[in-house]
Amino acid sequence: MTVDLHFNAERDAEPAEATARSRTASKLRVKDLNLYYGKFHALKQISMEIPERQVTAFIGPSGCGKSTLIRCFNRIHDLYEGIHTEGQILLDDHDIYDSGVDLNLLRSRIGMVFQKPTPFPMSVFDNVAFGIRLYEKLSARELEERVEWALRKAALWEEVKDKLKQSGQALSGGQQQRLCIARTIAVKPEVILLDEPTSALDPISTGYIEDLINELKKDYTIVIVTHNMQQAARISDITAFMYLGNLIECDDTTKIFTQPKESRTEDYITGRYG
Amino acid sequence: MNIQTTSLYRRRKLFNQLVMGACVAATLVGFLFLFAILFTLVTKGLSALSPSIFIERTRMSGGGLGNAIWGTVLMTSVATVLGTIIGVAAGTWLAEYGGKGWMAKVIRFINDILLSAPSIIIGLFIYAVVVVPMGNFSGWAGVLSLTVIIVPVVIRSTEDMLRLIPNSLREAAAALGAHRWWIIVRVCYSGARAGIITGILLGFARISGETAPLLFTSLNSNQWNFFRLGDEMANLPMTIYQNMTINAFIPDLVALAWGGALILTAAILILNIAARYFSRQRS
Repeated sequence: MTVDLHFNAERDAEPAEATARSRTASKLRVKDLNLYYGKFHALKQISMEIPERQVTAFIGPSGCGKSTLIRCFNRIHDLYEGIHTEGQILLDDHDIYDSGVDLNLLRSRIGMVFQKPTPFPMSVFDNVAFGIRLYEKLSARELEERVEWALRKAALWEEVKDKLKQSGQALSGGQQQRLCIARTIAVKPEVILLDEPTSALDPISTGYIEDLINELKKDYTIVIVTHNMQQAARISDITAFMYLGNLIECDDTTKIFTQPKESRTEDYITGRYG
Repeated sequence: MNIQTTSLYRRRKLFNQLVMGACVAATLVGFLFLFAILFTLVTKGLSALSPSIFIERTRMSGGGLGNAIWGTVLMTSVATVLGTIIGVAAGTWLAEYGGKGWMAKVIRFINDILLSAPSIIIGLFIYAVVVVPMGNFSGWAGVLSLTVIIVPVVIRSTEDMLRLIPNSLREAAAALGAHRWWIIVRVCYSGARAGIITGILLGFARISGETAPLLFTSLNSNQWNFFRLGDEMANLPMTIYQNMTINAFIPDLVALAWGGALILTAAILILNIAARYFSRQRS
């Protein structure tokens, strides 16, 4: 609770020189990260910190590596062959690229929501319960409570409480995406990665999801990739600008959008290229 | 200038109508044969149908088709169960694990050959490797040859259906921390279930009418044989074949053969409708 108040106070005051990184500890630290798709050098020497319980947004033109980077945080790249990484990503001071890391446990701590809604071909209830059942043996009643909790958190409960048995794929696009968020929250992760979560949605659904992100950052560390600069400006505390596999600049969102240090950042946010 | 009057547009429209007409004509020809077959079967087979056809065994005069119907149901069912286990497992490996590796390519190629292999060759193969060493025709040999025919059908449809499951779903399940086998069992199979069941039903329909592979394997029998798969087993396609050829001088048996043909066709029709129903459930 104290954390919430702390954030709200800071938010209301909006100090011009608020340095987010001094406010909270870093949840994730990227150190000299390089990634290669075969021979192609997709991420070049990335180093940055992602603060706990804040929204960190990645912006940049298509192909700049922002999705590639966010997919390193839960090592989803490991599903595919021919992708090679060097460097470290520390989650609470433990390198997630250590050989001894249990990938499934890592992914239970770092959840991910994708660009296209990905409801599983099963009922709304089973969609949300899918992740819970992987880690916890709950009684039917506890499971129901947890599913309701997750759906409420994702602001979807009121819309689906009468159709929990229906297929998750029968929901509208915006509902599907909130279902995916509920599914991710249900596992109670520490970090939520959002890879362009609203790019396939209409403005109203986008608004829902943005409100939701604002709500969720009280409890979770959020990392979001977005194509939409206004969205980054609206919802994030920290913004990172990437270009051609390089991290150009990473700072408080207000700073990035008002007085960026790099001219390339300024060119991009003022729409001169990208 | 009005676009409808240009010669290019008129030519396109004419061409469209020509191709459309050709398509409709082709469909009608197909329908004509289908209905001609059904009409013949119904007119010649219906008179032989009676409860006794299902109850009585085949005899040289009179009798029914009970043992042959049972033999076909039993052998095709056992073959379908075996074929489903092998086919779904192999199809899953090809779609989920084999990928583009050389082994998957080889298996896929061989499977395609098997898929189009003449069924009489498969019967001969089982005859050579099972019937001759064992010294007698048997229901098991029939089951094996039918299994060899249904396996490639199930492999193909399982692989194709699993490939239709978008990778994004596998990623999403992996991102929740699910193991690979669990992703396949819970996510991929629930998405592909309808398609896989359709494939199995179509395979079942196909082997239930196979005659050639049974000729060398289970042969046929005049006796009731309920579960002794080690012995010769009666079956419908062989009975139809024998009644229409070597026993064609006995009018009763010819009538029974038409009745059997009608029953077999109706069963396959019902299976196909069931397959359609399941595939519609998917969408």
